[in-house]
Amino acid sequence: MKALMFGWEFPPHILGGLGTASFGLTRGMAMQPDMDITFCIPKPWGDEDQSFLKIIGMCNVPIVWRDVQMDYVRERLSKYMDPQKYYDLRDHIYADFSYRHVNDLGCMEFSGRYPDNLLEEINNYSIVAGVVARTEQYDIIHAHDWLTYPAGIHAKNVSGKPLVIHVHATDYDRSRGNVNPDVYAIEKNGMDNADHIITVSNLTRQTVIEKYHQDPAKVTTVHNAVEPLSQEILSIQDKKGVKDKVITFLGRITMQKGPEYFVEAAAKVLAKAPYARFVMAGSGDMMDQMIRLAAARNISDRFHFTGFMKGKQVYEVLKASDVYVMPSVSEPFGISPLEAMQCGVPSIISKQSGCAEILDYAVKVDYWDIEALADAMYAIITYPAMHQFLQEEGKKEVDNIKWEYAGQKVRNIYDQVLNK
Amino acid sequence: MKTICFYFQIHQPFRLKRYRFFDIGNDHYYYDDFQNEEIIRRIAERCYLPANKAIMEMIKTSGGKFKVAFSISGMALEQMEIYTPEVIDSFKELAATGNVEFLSETYAHSLSSLGDPAEFKHQVEKQEDKIKSLFGVKPKVFRNTELIYSDEISEMVYSMGYKGMLTEGAKHILGWKSPNYVYSSCTEPKLKLLLKNDRFSEDLSDRFSNYSWNEYPLTADKYMSWIAATPDSEQIINLFMNYEVLGSLHPAETGIFEFFKALPRFAAEKGISFSTPSEVLALMKPVDCISVPFPMSWVDEERDCSSWLGNVLQQEAFRKLNEIGERVRLSQTRRIRQDWYYLQSSDHFYYMSTKHIGAGFSPYDNPYDAFNNYMNVLSDFIVRVNAEFPETIENEELNSLLTTIKNQGEEIEDLQKELDKYKKKAAKKTAE
Repeated sequence: MKALMFGWEFPPHILGGLGTASFGLTRGMAMQPDMDITFCIPKPWGDEDQSFLKIIGMCNVPIVWRDVQMDYVRERLSKYMDPQKYYDLRDHIYADFSYRHVNDLGCMEFSGRYPDNLLEEINNYSIVAGVVARTEQYDIIHAHDWLTYPAGIHAKNVSGKPLVIHVHATDYDRSRGNVNPDVYAIEKNGMDNADHIITVSNLTRQTVIEKYHQDPAKVTTVHNAVEPLSQEILSIQDKKGVKDKVITFLGRITMQKGPEYFVEAAAKVLAKAPYARFVMAGSGDMMDQMIRLAAARNISDRFHFTGFMKGKQVYEVLKASDVYVMPSVSEPFGISPLEAMQCGVPSIISKQSGCAEILDYAVKVDYWDIEALADAMYAIITYPAMHQFLQEEGKKEVDNIKWEYAGQKVRNIYDQVLNK
Repeated sequence: MKTICFYFQIHQPFRLKRYRFFDIGNDHYYYDDFQNEEIIRRIAERCYLPANKAIMEMIKTSGGKFKVAFSISGMALEQMEIYTPEVIDSFKELAATGNVEFLSETYAHSLSSLGDPAEFKHQVEKQEDKIKSLFGVKPKVFRNTELIYSDEISEMVYSMGYKGMLTEGAKHILGWKSPNYVYSSCTEPKLKLLLKNDRFSEDLSDRFSNYSWNEYPLTADKYMSWIAATPDSEQIINLFMNYEVLGSLHPAETGIFEFFKALPRFAAEKGISFSTPSEVLALMKPVDCISVPFPMSWVDEERDCSSWLGNVLQQEAFRKLNEIGERVRLSQTRRIRQDWYYLQSSDHFYYMSTKHIGAGFSPYDNPYDAFNNYMNVLSDFIVRVNAEFPETIENEELNSLLTTIKNQGEEIEDLQKELDKYKKKAAKKTAE
């Protein structure tokens, strides 16, 4: 079984949860002996783990024919892929794109991030996908998140192979209901053209069925999982310099994540438990607003902002925490509470997040219920028995949520689609 | 006869280093030594040293007719002592001429006059001691941080024994009145006020090197003729500015030093003299009193305190700072007391201002960054202060306990002395 996957992020250079999920899922699927995955991303860095799949960087795929020597290609691209691949791809250029801006290898440039001209980059990605789709041999196409749906449709049209799309999030989650019509159009088009839709939670599945009017039979939920923690991360020490209990919010500080409910609940907890400290780790467009809110609630001496965290820093914050809180207004899945529980940190999550569907040993509250949120925070930092119970049982629980199982479910969907 | 009263503000804060959440409880050193040293050395080289030299020359060539007043914050003095002691020496030389007056202010260049009266008093006393120990004179005239003034502040200043104070001649306070007279406070009529002449002060501080100014280039001749052209009854022109006007805000190549050096000659031609604030206050009587119910300062168009305490971030930080003031003053730990002064500098609050993003100096990327960093430092400081004494004891109770302990200590000492005396007596007796 050969799958051609389109994605936007791949570790170690990631910007959000999409990269982590792409990595985990492909790795879980690669455990199946006959599975062969080619994964396309806009811009590889050269340090991605390619031991279990093959990565194609869209910024290294020619769309305009250039007469270049093997030595030169080797020098430029051997860090990212087999130089011979460049010539194979070059043989499949399907139209005259010489009017587009390309470099000396005939390739387009990609930022690999989420730039302001994102729609243009999505379009470019889809153009390049045409070349890849004509070159590669595969049985099924798998597109991750709306950014790559146009590419997936393009590949389907070229090859006639079935298209599976993987909905990691919808614009309804990101915008609290005020969807961007351009984004909605791309998402809807992708779903309409897909042979099967995979969602990361039942919550997202409902959105896809209700808001995007998809046939329920075509939509299947495959919950995300977590990678086991490496020894390096497990051995990180708690660097906390204070004895106070630390309650952490970790993630992008945006509307979707419900940061203001965390601040409001913090103010309530501090009124009863002055020994608590709050950390809001991450950055985002609502950060300044949250700093003001904390100041207005008169809790700034116990409410700390760390700014953007990456890699190991994330785990340093988790290790120093006593409670992890994710009050997301609408979270398709939400891997981070699982990571917190792996580190032995009890989690409070909103009922409106996808991971609530598979977690039993996490406290669940409505995101808007500040009282309940404050109550749960207070209980965990005040009653050691509760902290210990959630810590131990939570860890056991997440240790059984494995990507291997998720990968098996995706494989079943592939088989079902191909046998139709 | 008209007289000019020059006053220069000199202040440098101890800027904070990047202090993360993880540093709380682990690291108790808060300052960016490298940056602080770099800045004070640069300013000393470009401004303080050449400007002091120029003023010394002006005093000598004018035959002792040129006079100025300085207000140097304790923060600036401490940094000069550490990094540029030669600046202190040159101020001492100026002090020795007798033509230079040192004004009193808050030691930390703080905003305590707006939030913590006890701290305000304490800092003014500390500043007086510092000036006395360095320059051998006790300051007689008061100047608050950034010329901040209100009726309430005038009462505090007067109660500390000051008879004169410098402040801003804000338009919204003066209205049609001229700043070129001596005024007094409405609530403390015996406290005389010298008000800054905005136009003439800003001609030097803001416009001097501005090419697009229609009066550019400004010469000493022209400047003095403007001052001489004011109505005859207006006897005093108060020129208050930052000392960095000389050489730093207007670099030496703009000719600012030559401009200043030429001032005494043209002043003499026009019959204008120079005086220190004390001399002016001794000679002149107030013509009227002014009432300032809300604090004013010398910054921005509004001439108010919104640059330091205008937004919720600044108010929150200031509130948290003031909340622990009483506790800190009970502590005897030297490092805590030192950090306490350093954290009070008004500059930390200025960096959090959202009024002039992009304008004005700030070591931070944005006001929110400044706030986060300051609050992390303050959180650590609060933890340290609370570790001094149990938090459960009220301040008042703690104060009485500390007094009791101190009194008992003294009593024990006295009794010990008495005991020694009797022991000696007894020893003598047995020897006999």
